[in-house]
Amino acid sequence: MIGVISYLVFFATVASILSIAVMGLNLQWGNTGLFNGGVVAFFGAGAYGTLILGGTPQAGQLGGFGLPYLLALLGGMVCAGLVAWIVGLLTIRLRHDYLAIATFGVAVAFETVMRNTDALGGAQGIRGFERPLRETLGNGFTYNLAFFAFVLILLIATYLFLERLIQSPFGRLLRAIREDETAAQSLGKSPSLVRLTSFVAGSVIMGLAGGLYATFYAFISPQDVLPILTFQIWAMLIVGGAGNNKGAVMGTFLIWAAWTASGWALSRFAPLEVQLYTGSIQFVLIGFVIVGMLLWRPQGLFPENLVVSQSARPNK
Amino acid sequence: MIQNLVDGVLVGSILSLGAIGLTMAMHMLRFANFSHAELLSIGAYAALVFDGLFGAIHPALAEAIPPLSLTWSLTLALLLSMALTGLSAVAVDKLVFKRVRAKGGELSMVFASFGVAMIIRNILGLIFGLNPKLYSQDIVFAIVVSRDPFLLIKPDQVFTLVAALLIMFILHLVLSRTTFGYSLRAVAENPTLAQVSGINLSRMIVLIWLIGGGLAAAAGVFYGLTNQISPVLGRDLVLPIFAATIVGGIGSIYGAVLGGFLVGLASNLALVLLPSGYSPAVPFLIILAVLILRPHGFFGEERT
Repeated sequence: MIGVISYLVFFATVASILSIAVMGLNLQWGNTGLFNGGVVAFFGAGAYGTLILGGTPQAGQLGGFGLPYLLALLGGMVCAGLVAWIVGLLTIRLRHDYLAIATFGVAVAFETVMRNTDALGGAQGIRGFERPLRETLGNGFTYNLAFFAFVLILLIATYLFLERLIQSPFGRLLRAIREDETAAQSLGKSPSLVRLTSFVAGSVIMGLAGGLYATFYAFISPQDVLPILTFQIWAMLIVGGAGNNKGAVMGTFLIWAAWTASGWALSRFAPLEVQLYTGSIQFVLIGFVIVGMLLWRPQGLFPENLVVSQSARPNK
Repeated sequence: MIQNLVDGVLVGSILSLGAIGLTMAMHMLRFANFSHAELLSIGAYAALVFDGLFGAIHPALAEAIPPLSLTWSLTLALLLSMALTGLSAVAVDKLVFKRVRAKGGELSMVFASFGVAMIIRNILGLIFGLNPKLYSQDIVFAIVVSRDPFLLIKPDQVFTLVAALLIMFILHLVLSRTTFGYSLRAVAENPTLAQVSGINLSRMIVLIWLIGGGLAAAAGVFYGLTNQISPVLGRDLVLPIFAATIVGGIGSIYGAVLGGFLVGLASNLALVLLPSGYSPAVPFLIILAVLILRPHGFFGEERT
């Protein structure tokens, strides 16, 4: 019994961390209409940033600054924001395909640099990170439960922050620009500035998710920032429903459960020679999920509540 | 250094072929098609299958044409593969892109193209296995062109370059001398006005996929001939091909040709300065440099 509960906690922790990243993507894509083809770069920047700033010194590696945990996590988020700011600055004024290609490119470049630079961990990744409060809570179930609670608090905080943000005038501005950029511009708004803000903010949230992910495993390597993660995070958002944060969280749990279950089922029931191709089969399935959703239910399972105007909303 | 230059031109010709189709589709349908590079994989694998078939039908066809490792059967397979890949590009458009397009949303198309790329790449992996394959098991020795500076060239590479240039020249003739070429440019310029002049838009879209798919197949076969064929071929080439279209300016066919050669050269010259592990990141640096210096590429026009 304790095994099942402990697995559920593990599952829920990872799913909650991914939910935070999906909500970050939702701010960019769902609310602003920005296509981010390199979610992993920002997720990874947060993860590497956190471990480098908060880890213990390792021979031949950058970092090991041993900063207090929350400061390191914040630093990771700043790293993600910086990467986003540079990419956004160059591409956000141009046609939308440039942003798609540039963000895709930054993810490839990020993985390549991390894999080949020994000072940043190289292919081995970064170790030497003391999980915070480990001495008080021990290494077992209590720790995992406490960490899950911490992630959950951050998930709720992110959710509330984003809900407040999209209800605010800034959120209306985001939707206005998404729907009709020229009209928004005619009202004296600066679409590129607003989009850049939203892009950086979304990426910072992805950085937070990355930092939590790295904390949870106390380890990060180029293997964790492969393009497939970008793809999974999108599938979660598309299935959940772009523009809706509740949908984003639901979609994450749904897709992550399906992903884990299909992996488990393939490793359990498939013949040995098929197991070599588990990854390929899962990738095909997730590809079909994305294409299928776009064809038959592009608004997702939990569509965005489109509001015509504030006063037209019932009961408010 | 000279070796890097020569290799760069050879890789560049392959990238150019891929980029031409991508830039046409991107310009006309206004979306970044991340599945275009998978057409190269389809082409490479289709040619592998046809090559095997022809070789089995008539053993004489499986003889290499000296000094190349290229066989007659592979030459025939190349032509068939170009047709088949063009048709599969049309089929993907009919099954997926056309329907997503009808629902509106250019960015949904980008998502869809990622999904399609994922499906094609992994289905190829499931059918043909994850290990790299070769058209010919024969070892073809590179010819030492000069010893100082040291320069090695394989006969297959020369053939690839000549064939790629020939294909591009034929395309140039088609675009500049035929009614079809004029219609194509008219549609790219202004789709609505072109339709008023009696150009059938949906037929043009089909033709663009046919041409783009055919060129991609040729690029895939040439890549397979000079390197190896593997399911991740598309994944490895998608960024360099995108970089080529951005360098040339999205929508410019001649820009894509130039862009392909520039990206090929730059990636190979970068090997002089950087350890080879970093080379996948080079196209991204090129993209950044172009976006800073000339955001619309060398031949592109400003358009939102």
